Amino acid sequence: MTAPVLVFAWGNPSRGDDALGPRFAEAIEALALPGVECLTDFQLQVEHALDLKGRQRVLFVDASLSASTPFQVSPVQPARDASFTSHAMSPAAVLQTYRDVEGESPPPAWQLAIRGEAWELGAEPSTQALAHLAAALRWAEEWLATETIA
Amino acid sequence: MSFELETAPATAQNLRRVAIDPVSRVEGHGKVTILLDDQHRVHQVRLHIVEFRGFERFIQGRPYWEVPVMVQRLCGICPVSHHLAASKALDLVVGVDKLTPTAEKLRRLMHYGQILQSHALNFFHLSSPDLLFGFDAEVGKRNIIGVAEAHPDIAKKGILLRKFGQEVIRVTAGKRVHGTGSVPGGVNRSLTREERDLLLKDIYQMVAWSRDAVNIIKQLHQQNPALYDHFGTFRSNFMGLVAPDGSLDLYHGALRARDADGKILFDQVDYQTYNQLITEEVKPWSYMKFPFLNLLGPEEGWYKVGPLARVQNCDSIPTPFAEHERKELVAYAGHKPLHATLAYHWARMIEMLFAAETIKDLLHDDDLEGHDLMAPAGERRREGVGVIEAPRGTLFHHYQVADNDLVTMANLIVSTTNNNQAMNTAVREVAKQYLDGREITEGLLNHIEVAIRAFDPCLSCATHALGQMPLEVSLVDAEGTVIDRVCRDQGGVQHLS
Repeated sequence: MTAPVLVFAWGNPSRGDDALGPRFAEAIEALALPGVECLTDFQLQVEHALDLKGRQRVLFVDASLSASTPFQVSPVQPARDASFTSHAMSPAAVLQTYRDVEGESPPPAWQLAIRGEAWELGAEPSTQALAHLAAALRWAEEWLATETIA
Repeated sequence: MSFELETAPATAQNLRRVAIDPVSRVEGHGKVTILLDDQHRVHQVRLHIVEFRGFERFIQGRPYWEVPVMVQRLCGICPVSHHLAASKALDLVVGVDKLTPTAEKLRRLMHYGQILQSHALNFFHLSSPDLLFGFDAEVGKRNIIGVAEAHPDIAKKGILLRKFGQEVIRVTAGKRVHGTGSVPGGVNRSLTREERDLLLKDIYQMVAWSRDAVNIIKQLHQQNPALYDHFGTFRSNFMGLVAPDGSLDLYHGALRARDADGKILFDQVDYQTYNQLITEEVKPWSYMKFPFLNLLGPEEGWYKVGPLARVQNCDSIPTPFAEHERKELVAYAGHKPLHATLAYHWARMIEMLFAAETIKDLLHDDDLEGHDLMAPAGERRREGVGVIEAPRGTLFHHYQVADNDLVTMANLIVSTTNNNQAMNTAVREVAKQYLDGREITEGLLNHIEVAIRAFDPCLSCATHALGQMPLEVSLVDAEGTVIDRVCRDQGGVQHLS
């Protein structure tokens, strides 16, 4: 049975703070919350639209250079934006793809952007970024425990 | 095969510079610069690859058994190709010259799953918007969402083909990403009956949809030969792996190269000797090297790799539907090499069909459920070269390993590096054909990007952050003053000055 809540995180675990997304998913998965499924990938891709089917809500998670410190949460609506490079498909574009290929509205979705600073190959996430991750996880535990989102 | 338009002549005065930075709908970051004079005549065109060059050093000093997993982090688009090329090189280091039947078939299954998903992504997601709507179509329409809106059946097939390829990877590698299925000397898991049945349930549909995809691109070619045969067309040598009988094999084989007329330059050459065949030339204006065949030298020895090279380099394809399509392509070309840049898409779809048929055949083989996963380790060696035909072309991994098991040297020649000169030549041909003497528009600049996308370059980025991928085009006069800037990012297209 499809879990009603999907946490979809992306990033390259070998590139410094880009690992924040996958680390977030690992931490949430370790909590073994009922009804919550975590998926990770290097980047958002077109087939991820199919992972949204049957969900009640979705949380997209990525590291961000421009988000507020320590993290930023915003609702995402389907949109035909210009994010059609192969490694930068946006959550909004994934939602729009879902709408186009499934012929129905996608589940409500939010984007959690965790502030990162450095993307060096082979580097561990920075201390500051890990503190941002910890704050984001505290917020997410509460969010995931909430059945109805206002 | 000259380097016309690589460097503007010293006599050219008052040139202005147009930059497409980064090139969109390719993996990673690329940049094209064009030098124009006051009459919009093109004097210089260069494709620059802003490629990260630190990965080989990143590998040095690490235990060799970590490498097949670590190299997957080179890139999010072709991790399996790096996983398998590294495994093949390190098979030799642990003294394994022949895998068990189960291990070899599982690796082949994983590889053809990767070919299927990668080719589906390129054609349906990245290139079909140009091919279905036209190169000058409204920019907001030229993306997969535009395709989904106008042709929902095509978009859905593309997504499901890619999803199926990812499922093949998941069951063979153990995970959706960063799998560990292949290890030096073999594999660490086989398929269960349930996993085989899961894939068998859908594979016939995948073969049928792959046949449909070949028909789409074949019809586009046949309906508009004036465009498809001449857009960015240039003559070159071509190279790739072939099986011992000369047939197409994307997992293993020996090197064969042909000249622009199709004459064989060398054949069945063991790739362990690749560094005697190929030299990588450095040019001061690009981060990426320019490989050439030593036999012909830097001026004449550059070549193309990837689908168009492979489908014409082999003597046959060992699956019936793909072989039928190969023969049609060869007949269309008049039994001479087809050098049309847009024919890459046609060849790519033939390979996708070949991958789907190969997966189908493998799924009927009971060896996939075998338990003999590792070949017995032989005499330890200090060096190994692994070569595989990755979705974009020939991929070389070369390692030296010390007695303490740590990697002391790593050299990777990725497919896109092999195609470096070919891509540069293609964009120069397009600039001559479409831009020379004309006012530059976004649609015209997209012609340049269409040529690059045909090669499906993978520029090894894999780093991304929100809001970091705009496309910016700058018009700069001879004094370096910016005359106009157009920015294309997630907010749309806007003039900045």
